[in-house]
Amino acid sequence: MLSLFIVSGLGVLAMIAEIFKFKKYVFPIVLGGLIGALVSIYMEWQHPASYPLFDNMIVFDRLALAFSGVILITAFFWFIFANDYFEEESNVVDHTALVLFALTGALMLTAYRNMTTLFLGIEIMSIPLYVLAASKKRYLASNEAGFKYLIMGSFASGFLLFGIALIYGATGSFDSEEIRQYLANSKGSVPSFFIAGVVMMLVAMCFKVSAAPFHFWAPDVYQGSPTVITALMSTIVKTAAFIAIIKLFMIGFGAMSGVWAGVLAVIIALSLIIANFSAAVQSNVKRMLAYSSISHTAFMLMVVLANVRTNASVSAILYYSLAYSLGSIAAFTVLYNVSRKGDESIDSFNGLAKRNPLLAACMAVAMLSLAGIPITSGFFAKYFVFTTMIGTSYKWLLILAVITSAVGVYYYFKLIIAMYFKTSETNEPVFFETSNKVVVVLTTLITLVIGFLPDLITGLFAY
Amino acid sequence: MLAGLLVVVPLIASLVLFLMKGKPVKNIALVFSLVPFAIAIAAYVQLTHNPDSSTLLLNCTWIKSMNVHFAIALDGMSLLLVLLTTFLVPLIILSSYQNNYDNSHSFYGLILLMEMALVGVFMANDGFLFYVFWELALIPIYFICLLWGGADRARITFKFFVYTLFGSLFMLIGLIYLYNHTYTTAGIKSWAIMDLYAAGQALTEVQQGAVFWLIFIAFAIKMPIFPLHTWQPDTYVTAPTQGTMLLSGIMLKMGTFGLIKWLLPIVPLGLANWGGTAITLSVIGIVYASCIAIVQKDYKRLIAYSSIAHVGLIAAGILAANAQGVQGALMQMLAHGVNVVGLFLIADILLRHTGTRDIDKLGGIRSMNGNFAVMFLIILLGSVALPLTNGFVGEFLLINGVYQFSPIAATFAGLTVILGAVYMLRSYQNIMLGERRDAAITFGSVASSDKWVLIIVCLVIIAFGVYPKPLTDLAEPAVKQILSVINK
Repeated sequence: MLSLFIVSGLGVLAMIAEIFKFKKYVFPIVLGGLIGALVSIYMEWQHPASYPLFDNMIVFDRLALAFSGVILITAFFWFIFANDYFEEESNVVDHTALVLFALTGALMLTAYRNMTTLFLGIEIMSIPLYVLAASKKRYLASNEAGFKYLIMGSFASGFLLFGIALIYGATGSFDSEEIRQYLANSKGSVPSFFIAGVVMMLVAMCFKVSAAPFHFWAPDVYQGSPTVITALMSTIVKTAAFIAIIKLFMIGFGAMSGVWAGVLAVIIALSLIIANFSAAVQSNVKRMLAYSSISHTAFMLMVVLANVRTNASVSAILYYSLAYSLGSIAAFTVLYNVSRKGDESIDSFNGLAKRNPLLAACMAVAMLSLAGIPITSGFFAKYFVFTTMIGTSYKWLLILAVITSAVGVYYYFKLIIAMYFKTSETNEPVFFETSNKVVVVLTTLITLVIGFLPDLITGLFAY
Repeated sequence: MLAGLLVVVPLIASLVLFLMKGKPVKNIALVFSLVPFAIAIAAYVQLTHNPDSSTLLLNCTWIKSMNVHFAIALDGMSLLLVLLTTFLVPLIILSSYQNNYDNSHSFYGLILLMEMALVGVFMANDGFLFYVFWELALIPIYFICLLWGGADRARITFKFFVYTLFGSLFMLIGLIYLYNHTYTTAGIKSWAIMDLYAAGQALTEVQQGAVFWLIFIAFAIKMPIFPLHTWQPDTYVTAPTQGTMLLSGIMLKMGTFGLIKWLLPIVPLGLANWGGTAITLSVIGIVYASCIAIVQKDYKRLIAYSSIAHVGLIAAGILAANAQGVQGALMQMLAHGVNVVGLFLIADILLRHTGTRDIDKLGGIRSMNGNFAVMFLIILLGSVALPLTNGFVGEFLLINGVYQFSPIAATFAGLTVILGAVYMLRSYQNIMLGERRDAAITFGSVASSDKWVLIIVCLVIIAFGVYPKPLTDLAEPAVKQILSVINK
């Protein structure tokens, strides 16, 4: 709970920094605040408040705390990485504040219990992102990205709201616990508009995590937005939207999985196929990572589809989001520095192994992790998904996942080949800020450590 | 203790080498690689005197939530392969002395990292650990081929990587499936090899068939077995010589070893139903690869195809699942590992001295360097399995084993002996005998490091051809144990 206060407080502080002239202290204050928030999560983890707060609006149980932890750790690395982006743009503190507000929304999503809090969380998270996507004001692509994101996002929000309204009509409640009770009591006979509501919410949430066929905005928005904002969208926002989906479908609507499971299976299959094959033909790295994020979305959705509410499946998705976030942050950091001159194509990575061996090695680890090669964390992430899926009746999806994973290897390795095999026209070393180096090295180390000792994460839910 | 050291020492050695940028590391790498061999010898002594010694085991919890153990053990069968690995790696390093690779510290570091993974694969007694080592072995060899390979290496090594990864993902699913079923037989989900055996055997016939194919594909790609071999010739030719030696000398044995330890005992019913199909594929591979080998011009490519033929026979012997077949397979794995390293070195020496490996352009080298011709001949005879060479023991047992399964299969499998003699002797004739075809090609004396490798290989070929008993004794109890599990 305290973490939510801290992060929103930081946001307010960043906004007034301009007026009270402590602009240059904002960055250390934010980092300190994030560390403070992480400490508070650690403290609350020891004595989790499983009771709901604010009239059943939110509940900071261990599930919420764990995902808040992932989000805050990612945010911590993200801020160090994005440091010089804030310095280069003019309205420094405004952007910082916007990111912090998006973060507040993300934290709310980990802990919501009421549908109104779900909606609030999503909007608080999305609206700053619409602005941030368009924050490269002089670039057409960035403006296009912001506009597209806004239009499509509002559309999805409309779906979400409509779905919530229909469900309210059937159950008379916004409280996900009461909805669960209602389902348990109804024994399968629910009004048809309840089902419509569930499917509408599924569509809205799939839009937010950019699962196919609701993914069309993602490549354009990812490519057009400033790279740091893309990194934010594909890590923190995704993790938050995922915990929202889990709470909604595995916990709230778990009892009527017969209605949504078939739809979800098709969505996953489409995402796997479209994302991996599209990513394989991209030459722009950002676009490729956008498609790759869709394919990772499909993997995480598989855990939701398995719909077994055990500690194992919760830790599976927790582990997946952490592994994926760390790999993505490292990849985007390297991409950001390599593409400083504006070239985001795969060719810009040519010969990186010679121009900056350390970062090429880290990037290679990130790619191996995203491709799911042992003993990086990405392997265990996929492994845990496989173990939860193998007990279900959706074994065909598993086979599809294996085949598309092999396609995935193709495009991740394109980068490795470019870095180690191809020679670039210039042999000048690639300049990296020390802060960015720290981010890349640390995320790589954590990727390897939790890949070697997955118990560190899965052990959290072994109670 | 010894088992643990076998994994830890190469790992530390490789890390040390990675840090030695810009220094001459050849000798250091060689010394490092001799340490695991010494440990393996010590383990051999220990095993022959006291097979139950605790120094041959290591078992500690790795990932508690999944019940994964870091469980490694040395029994007769795994020790054979560990001996092969630790014996070949120093030879491979020694054979690289004449090549000056850029960034040699990473080159040797990767070789030793690879050794760690290979030794781990052969010793693992935990399904998950086996998979991790299996995949881990792929990464160093991928980079060795990618960074130091020949023309068009990016595309070719990539094909190799995706092919093998694809197979191993299926194996992973098969293993997870078994892991989930250990709950019914062992009462707790477990990766321990014995629990996986029990879980696999408790499955129905159809389930066993499915698991058989899931796991078999991974091994078949690694070996490779027809029709999954298309990555192999290109990769072998493109890889640097040392990479090819690692691939064919040791890595290929991961597949055959996996068949014996991780497939046959798990799904005996699946084997009974599908073994015939798999043997047919192997035999087709033997004939097919031998025929292609006959018309090859590039000597390295010829050896690559001969390797497919040999491994096809090994696989057929294993899948026949009788004492002769499995025993013969183990012997042939050792012989093939040693011989193929010798042959690939010869291909490399030919290229370095004459600038070509084209069989049609070479000729009359014997008149220029008689000693080299003798050593070439010995290795070649070992490879075509002449009696009193190391190749004979295994090949004889293998054909015997396949015969017990099906005389027809054995007839076709036996063609490997004849066809092998055809392409091997034809190539020898062209390269070494006759007149010099190109006066520009000269062949001086062989460098001493190469000479030593060839001498050691020749000695091993003759020694174990004449007196294979120490190796067969080592393999026999392990083979019996595996077969008793299958026939239970």
